[in-house]
Amino acid sequence: MPIDFHAILPELVLAGTALLVLVVDLFVERAKVVASWLSIAGTVVAGIALASLVGGGTRSTFGGSFVVDNYALLFKGLFLGSLLLVLLMSQRYVDAGTSYQGEFYFLVLSSFVGMLLMPSSRDLLMLFLSLEIVSATGFIAAGFRKGDARGNEGALKFLLIGVLSTAVMLFGMSLVYGFTGSLQLGPIAERLAQLGDEPAAVMAVFLVITGFAFKVSAAPFHFWAPDTYEGSPVPVAAYLSVASKAAGFAGLLQVTFVAFPSYARYWAPAFAVLAAFTMLLGNVIALAQTNIVRLLAYSSVAQAGYMLVPFAAGSSANPAVREEAFQAVLVYLLIYAFTNLGAFAVVTLVSQRQPANLISDYAGLARRAPALGVAMTAFLFSLAGIPPAAGWYAKFVIFKSAINGDTVTLQLLVVFMAVMTVVALFYYAGIARSLWLGTQPEGTPEPAAPRVSPTLGTAIAISAAGVLVLGILPNLLVQYAPVSTLVAGP
Amino acid sequence: MDWFDDSALTLAVFLPLLGAVAVAVLPRERDGLVRGTALGFSALALLAGVGMLARFDYGAGAAMQFEVARSWIPSIGAGYHVGVDGIALPLLVLSLLLSLLCVIYSFRFLPEPRNPKAFLALLLLLETGMNGTFVALDLVLFFVFWETVLIPMYFMIAVWGGARREYASIKFILYTLIGSVVMLLGFLALWLRSSPEAAGRTFDILALQELGAARFGGTFGTIVFAAVALGFAVKVPVWPFHTWLPDAHTEAPTVGSVLLAGILLKMGTYGFVRIALPVLPEAARTWAPVLGVLGAIAIIYGALCCLAQRDVKRLIAYSSVGHMGFVMLGIATLTPTGINAAVFGMVAHGVITGMLFFLAGSMHERYHTRDIVELGGGMATLMPHLAGVFTLACIASLGLPGLAGFWGEILALLAAWNPAPGLSVPLFRTLASVGLVGTLLTAGYFLWLIQRVNLGRVPDRWGGKALGDLAPLEVAAWSPLIVLMVALGFAPGLILWLTNPSVTGWFTELFALART
Repeated sequence: MPIDFHAILPELVLAGTALLVLVVDLFVERAKVVASWLSIAGTVVAGIALASLVGGGTRSTFGGSFVVDNYALLFKGLFLGSLLLVLLMSQRYVDAGTSYQGEFYFLVLSSFVGMLLMPSSRDLLMLFLSLEIVSATGFIAAGFRKGDARGNEGALKFLLIGVLSTAVMLFGMSLVYGFTGSLQLGPIAERLAQLGDEPAAVMAVFLVITGFAFKVSAAPFHFWAPDTYEGSPVPVAAYLSVASKAAGFAGLLQVTFVAFPSYARYWAPAFAVLAAFTMLLGNVIALAQTNIVRLLAYSSVAQAGYMLVPFAAGSSANPAVREEAFQAVLVYLLIYAFTNLGAFAVVTLVSQRQPANLISDYAGLARRAPALGVAMTAFLFSLAGIPPAAGWYAKFVIFKSAINGDTVTLQLLVVFMAVMTVVALFYYAGIARSLWLGTQPEGTPEPAAPRVSPTLGTAIAISAAGVLVLGILPNLLVQYAPVSTLVAGP
Repeated sequence: MDWFDDSALTLAVFLPLLGAVAVAVLPRERDGLVRGTALGFSALALLAGVGMLARFDYGAGAAMQFEVARSWIPSIGAGYHVGVDGIALPLLVLSLLLSLLCVIYSFRFLPEPRNPKAFLALLLLLETGMNGTFVALDLVLFFVFWETVLIPMYFMIAVWGGARREYASIKFILYTLIGSVVMLLGFLALWLRSSPEAAGRTFDILALQELGAARFGGTFGTIVFAAVALGFAVKVPVWPFHTWLPDAHTEAPTVGSVLLAGILLKMGTYGFVRIALPVLPEAARTWAPVLGVLGAIAIIYGALCCLAQRDVKRLIAYSSVGHMGFVMLGIATLTPTGINAAVFGMVAHGVITGMLFFLAGSMHERYHTRDIVELGGGMATLMPHLAGVFTLACIASLGLPGLAGFWGEILALLAAWNPAPGLSVPLFRTLASVGLVGTLLTAGYFLWLIQRVNLGRVPDRWGGKALGDLAPLEVAAWSPLIVLMVALGFAPGLILWLTNPSVTGWFTELFALART
């Protein structure tokens, strides 16, 4: 069977760029920044390749293991957009800290190749491979600050937990294969439906889901995230908290809604508990943080909790409800990506002068740099879900999808989520206030206004514009979510 | 003038937003330009409001006018649907007017850290949220405008507020948010039950009103009413959800207090009149006694708290709790008279209490204290004009016939004497009597306030100082309110004429009453 090279063109371009960056870096002595520009150019070309696939209908290659449909295209667009923002915010950061620029960009690009593969993967093996490409490169990127003890600790934790979760997932996948005799998601769904209530098969399903729960940092599988984010270079923390999490959700959506729908009566209630616990833990612990990266880490745990809520509607008998739940996760991810990357871009900027990343470093930032203050305020209120920042719409669709499920569990879950959003506002609003009127401790001189490099400034401006425009006209982006559904009919 | 009818509401809502963006991008050094821009945009928005007053078809006050219905977020079925009837229009115009006056007032009076550029940008953003809330006819749109006021008001209190601003601002935003997320869940429940088919579901307030009586009854309606009403009740605020209010009002800068009391509280009561009652009439009947009792408690509780206050601003804040209690009592009677009284009370309270907060701010500017004991009396000797306006606003607020405060209260009490059929007459008559006692207490604390602040000998510590009577800018910012206070007192028809057709229009249908 011939390979459809057009279908895998974006991945090919990106992988080629990664190798090119690694090689070119060897031969460039001074102008190391060329690696950054090369990566950005490669991302743009991959974006063009992706655009050429839009509207071309569904393409399938490698015997149906790799499918390019609207769902995959939407996620790939999300990943390439995130990659562009991450590269823009990395340039000055990496430039200042290390001479291993080629290697850094190689790792980031390779990780994103894995992410691009994820939403196209339609069998367990492909899912596993793409997840491993994302993770393995992520382990190294997280430990990129070799001399830093926290960096080493974070990367090691990430590695150990990542390997453990992979082992659990792989064990589950092998059991699923044993029960169904297939690796492809569609046939698995059919055979599991025929199989009925087989306890070992249910356990296998839960093992696979647990593996993904580590990737999306759902509590109680989240504890690596704060340490890893804190120890990583800030741009790496940004992509771990957004793109890597989104890749985890892409995989989770596929295994639950596409491969295991017949066991939804088991996993949907489990997701309700998981979501509630993740929201509670993320938000409550975030209240006590003094380090901005750790705060954003716990906030991203809480955000994962919100995104898990629609999974609890996965057991509905009504396909429209399942479809809406599926789309709600997509919409949330799209808006969350813009918002969180923007917040991390601001953190990247501030950490250039104040590398300790303390929340108190942000006191009065908006007075020193008003535009930056407005942008960060918009990101924080978007994470909190208050209009006119875009986050309100993300929360709204989650609420709506859960209410749509019309069961008591879901109703209790949305009420709990409502309370949690109020808890979350406490810490987001606290930082926002400190941005505008916090003062440095007595005796400390007011730090100079941060110098915004053009690339980082572009990243922040794109995110901020995205957050504000989407807040008023959410339809600009989310209208693409409904066309991207994978949920099968009744 | 077709273009005006089609775009008037959009202009009134979004001109301030444009102004906010313009102010935000102007350089901070160009102070005059910043202020001029803010003034220009809010004046233009008010002009659109005045144009609507002129072109409003008073004969057809029951129907929505200047209506615009466009698609906005088709993927969830939310539309950009706006319109005003006789109930919304007075509130919209009040919001436009007060916002403009606040822009003018903040030209000169702005607490530390000053920064008029940031303050005016926030003020204009706030205005968009307030105006939008009064014209939205789609639940999602309503929710977005409703929440849009949170951020600017939070920063107004947190940045320009008094000593305990940190506490007051976070308390304000958390209280309001918990109310509004629960309200949002109620909205979503309404949407879910609006049709058994996914395709037929709607967020449109008018469409939901049509469905209302038939579809949202029973336990479902009772629970959803509670959810929606919680959001509104926190904003009003209804006792016992009021505890954020004294802190927020006291700590907010003058302009913040004026808009909080003048407009933001009305968003809550407006929500009851526009959404909770018409969409859930059956549940409204169930909950009406509760709302009435809470309103009556608020009247007495507010008045008693006022008697115990030393801070002028905090006293005015607690008086708002009492006045909004009258509005809630009017709403709870479920009669056309009661709703008319409520809308009148909202406008009158916006004008009078807005004025009182301006006065409290100006007194603070001069005395640098708001403590009644420290003020020590004698303002009538020291600053006769300021004291005169203060007296006028106080007696308007206590409900003296001939001034604006009178009609809202007396009509609410009359309505409570004869509540809608099906409501307990003895209960509501008791509430009316309690309200009557409340008016006496209100008169008591306001007269006592006037006595302690205006009368008496000037304490020595103010004797030698040039405190300065009314400034021209204050006259400019306040005169429209003073005129309205008197005009609405003498001619309550100015408002009732607008509201009555709308109120009776939908009331006769929903609550099956004879047209009065």
